[in-house]
Amino acid sequence: MSMFNNPFDPKRRLTSGCPCGQHRSVEEHDRASQLQAQEVAGSEDRRYENVVAGAVLRAMFPQDAARRAFLKSVGSATALAAISQFFPLSTATEVFAQAKPLEKKDLKVGFIPITCATPIIMAKPMGFYEKHGLNVDVIKTAGWAVVRDKTINKEYDAAHMLSPMPLAITLGVGSNPIPYTMPAVENINGQAITLAIKHKDKRDPKSWKGFKFAVPFDYSMHNYLLRYYLAEHGIDPDTDVQIRAVPPPEMVANLRADNIDGFLAPDPVNQRAVYDGVGFIHILSKEIWDRHPCCAFAASQEFVKGSPNTYAALLKAIIDATAFATKQENRKQIAEAIAPANYLNQPVTVVEQVLTGTFADGLGNVKKVPDRIDFDPFPYESFAVWILTQMKRWGQIKGEVKYADVAKQVYLATDTTKLMKEVGLTPPASTSKSFVVMGKTFDPSKPEEYIKSFKIKRT
Amino acid sequence: MTIQKANAMTLSFRAAVVSILILVLFLGSWHLATSGTGTVQQMDPEYAKLMGLTATQGKSAMPGPLQVGATLWKHITNPFYDNGPNDKGLGIQLAYSIGRVVLGYLLAVIVAIPLGFLIGMSQLMSRALDPFIQVLKPISPLAWMPLALYTIKDSNYSAIFVIFICSVWPMLINTAFGVASVRKEWLNVARTLEVGAFKRAFTVILPAAAPTILTGMRISIGIAWLVIVAAEMLVGGTGIGYFVWNEWNNLSITNVINAILVIGIVGMILDQLLARAAKLVTYPE
Repeated sequence: MSMFNNPFDPKRRLTSGCPCGQHRSVEEHDRASQLQAQEVAGSEDRRYENVVAGAVLRAMFPQDAARRAFLKSVGSATALAAISQFFPLSTATEVFAQAKPLEKKDLKVGFIPITCATPIIMAKPMGFYEKHGLNVDVIKTAGWAVVRDKTINKEYDAAHMLSPMPLAITLGVGSNPIPYTMPAVENINGQAITLAIKHKDKRDPKSWKGFKFAVPFDYSMHNYLLRYYLAEHGIDPDTDVQIRAVPPPEMVANLRADNIDGFLAPDPVNQRAVYDGVGFIHILSKEIWDRHPCCAFAASQEFVKGSPNTYAALLKAIIDATAFATKQENRKQIAEAIAPANYLNQPVTVVEQVLTGTFADGLGNVKKVPDRIDFDPFPYESFAVWILTQMKRWGQIKGEVKYADVAKQVYLATDTTKLMKEVGLTPPASTSKSFVVMGKTFDPSKPEEYIKSFKIKRT
Repeated sequence: MTIQKANAMTLSFRAAVVSILILVLFLGSWHLATSGTGTVQQMDPEYAKLMGLTATQGKSAMPGPLQVGATLWKHITNPFYDNGPNDKGLGIQLAYSIGRVVLGYLLAVIVAIPLGFLIGMSQLMSRALDPFIQVLKPISPLAWMPLALYTIKDSNYSAIFVIFICSVWPMLINTAFGVASVRKEWLNVARTLEVGAFKRAFTVILPAAAPTILTGMRISIGIAWLVIVAAEMLVGGTGIGYFVWNEWNNLSITNVINAILVIGIVGMILDQLLARAAKLVTYPE
């Protein structure tokens, strides 16, 4: 933490070696500045004061020798007083550290190693959690059932989940009902249907009868999107093909072993199948529903209510990171930050192809789709309503569903609106919006009619 | 005598030679099987840059022995690095796994041996507890995992619990059997000499049953080590099982083979430790 050392110590070198004075060498500085977000802040006032004072001193004395001579001759206390005369250090520090006291600073956030988790992961190496005064450990987890159990057990304070999971947990489908909240979507788009190379001539879904498909989890957008896509092409997803839940890391191995014919999976699994020459990308999920939500940032209602300030800081960090990830020009450096073994554990070029949208499709073409994956934190309530209609359509939930109520209770769009404003982003005007899935418009106010309009369903 | 010794020498020498031959043969055929590159496809260079070596150069997806050796060397020379909670050195991961195994195993020893004594010494308890043991014994340890996670509410303790539950049965059954089959004459002698029950248990029964008990403990440690890898793959976080899972995630067969090798060696060491202990307590009849 050399950044927070006392800048009034005449022995300390502020600028030697690297331009900012925080690193031993220029290379180290470059590496760090690539990875670090613009501002880094702790939470104690003293630290802020030192950071601010250090910046002022550096501006006054660009030459380290001159600063040290000045401090030596007048003493650090005098120097501090002198500078405070014409630069209001305390006010600057206050402005810098405007946050409510946090109930808890050390947090654990669970994630599954896929690119959907990009905002949650990158916030660690790129300093977004730190910026909001949090010390977060992001913990890689083996599967969604384990993420669910560890979050329910309170081993994790918050976690990366599939956007239908908080709905399922709250409704008690597949587990005991526990009130859950989903204050932010992480990514939109970013999935794909990948088929084994041997099927490269079977591009028409009507010829897929008897195929075995894999999806990451039963309560996932992947499952609902694949079922939707198949049903629109007249293939009954329950009788004409087999769909099984397979953890993403096992998908490529299974595709290579010929256990499955294809999958609708999160990246980097699709790109990894291409990279290893075992599969090709049939379509991207954005061709089914452009800007669909996929993964989410979720926390139990207990955490939200029990530590509101920590929760707000955490959510702000995620929203900040998501906003940073939206910009195309940042994607390459994000790929480098999240590819190492501590995070995704994938070759950098695979992650880069996913995030930049310039990718090999497995059939010899280089495609350029900049919005192959995008990041938008806003949890529209209509997303939740659509997911609930699909849960009902495929028989995962039965009977009456209070669509709007459940959606409002779980997808905390209003919280996100408030916090987006606080970090200087413009939230959308409405918490609900209509959208188009494969050419069919979805009206969130008429969910039952929507389900009835499908030919293939289980109700 | 000397001839016998010489014979023994040549036998172990010959066995070592055959072992080395098998190893060389195995490594050689492994190397040959994986070294060939397939046909190189003609590709647009821009496209090729985005693809892996398997796709562009027809390189085998299976690593060769040289590659595995190189990564193994990397792990051996730097076993304790720590790059954050999800990327730790092989040495640290092994320490986590061994720690969990030792804890779960010791708990099992504490429970199984006294209980085994009780069952072995009392016909009534033996019959009463038999149905429970018979039902619980064959349950796959991993089947306990969801239940443990749900009730204990901590993944680390759940892993320890699973080790405990799977290593308790062989020890329990062996202890009971060992205690029950102490020779009647010895017990009668003790009774004639008016040795108290407590003293009898420690000075007559325990030494007599010790070899059987240690056989049970040896079986248990083997099972515990088998289970920890699977349990850690399931709950993740730390340990050698997590390491295997994490490298599988990256489709890095090289590291998976490394881990397999290390798991085998540690398992062998644990087994040998108990084999040594068993030798200490055996007695000639």
